[in-house]
Amino acid sequence: MSKVDLKEIAKQEEELTGGHRLCSGCGASIIVRQVMRATEDPVVVGIATGCLEVSTTIYPYTAWKGSFIHNAFENVAATISGAESAFRSLKRQGKLEGDTKFLAIGGDGGTYDIGFQSLSGALERGHDMVYLCYDNGAYMNTGIQRSSATPRNASTSTSPDGEVIPGKQQFKKELTDIVAAHNIPYVAQASPHNFRDLIKKARKAFEVEGPAFLNVLAQCPRGWRHPEGEGLDILRAATDTCFWPLFEVENGEWKLNYIPREKAPITDWLKPQGRFKHLFKDKNKYLIDEIQEHVDQRWETLLHRTGEK
Amino acid sequence: MAKKDQQKPGWKSIPEGGLIIEPGNADDYKTGGWRTYRPMIDQEICINCHICWIYCPDSSIISKDEEIKGYDYDHCKGCGICANECPVDAITMLEEGNLSEK
Repeated sequence: MSKVDLKEIAKQEEELTGGHRLCSGCGASIIVRQVMRATEDPVVVGIATGCLEVSTTIYPYTAWKGSFIHNAFENVAATISGAESAFRSLKRQGKLEGDTKFLAIGGDGGTYDIGFQSLSGALERGHDMVYLCYDNGAYMNTGIQRSSATPRNASTSTSPDGEVIPGKQQFKKELTDIVAAHNIPYVAQASPHNFRDLIKKARKAFEVEGPAFLNVLAQCPRGWRHPEGEGLDILRAATDTCFWPLFEVENGEWKLNYIPREKAPITDWLKPQGRFKHLFKDKNKYLIDEIQEHVDQRWETLLHRTGEK
Repeated sequence: MAKKDQQKPGWKSIPEGGLIIEPGNADDYKTGGWRTYRPMIDQEICINCHICWIYCPDSSIISKDEEIKGYDYDHCKGCGICANECPVDAITMLEEGNLSEK
């Protein structure tokens, strides 16, 4: 796999124009811009309902230079697998030529929760497509409602921090592991602050035959409640604290892509975010220990699974 | 603000199925007005590493011939990620209000 040379990839045409209506400092468009640089072939994009979908395609405008298909919340994987099948058929009949990539994008709501069955179905059928999930950990588009990707004790509008309950009660679902259990050729977890890692993973995902899945952490200044400019620092903290490990599963082989020299305490990830503010009150300190314990366990499991330990 | 909003096409002129047939036409929509702080780049300090370019959420940093040529202020929302990530601190954020007074 060749090196990621920024000056070189900057010569490629921009696939997502400015003028979209995502919030200032949004992580979703950073991820899309990086992933779209991973291939030179034309890409057919479909997006499940979510921030990225509604903000990039407000009628009569579209920020997408290539083909784009609208979707409901639950069916983006089905739509793109259908488009991919149609393309294969037309190619076989000699009506189309060349290579085209197929990319389905969903937020955590459209992937972890509502779009899960169509995703699982498309992976099982083995379509040659890439599914990209940008995980900002809540339904940010409709006003920060909790999803199964929301981390434990995050305060959202449907799991607010109050007198009785300190934010969301459950831990985050490990979707990347669940997708890996489908035994598809390529599964990876990444973060846009490490763009070399993300672009390399996206290249692999586009290159493999059959389905590939990328789960990418995206900051959300509104939902995470942090200053717009500091989103990438928080993502960096997510990987340094091992809250969001960067790993890939290639044909069943697990590999860790980033091991911090010194594992940072989980407070580095919690502290800059307003949605965890209540955890730093004296009565809630024990919750931080519980989160730390959960992260440590998960990291140990990953170290064993990837053969690092 | 944008041209298209003023025209308001009738139902006869809208493409079948409500398709948008002009790719990337969000370019015509200016989001620069959202900005509170304006990023300014010092070309003498800039080392053209393109770190700001790869992190820009609004595709608003102009790269040409392997060099950073400045900002597309029509679309930059002033989030400040570029200034935060610049390894040589070549980018400063200046308040728009103060700039227009000058």
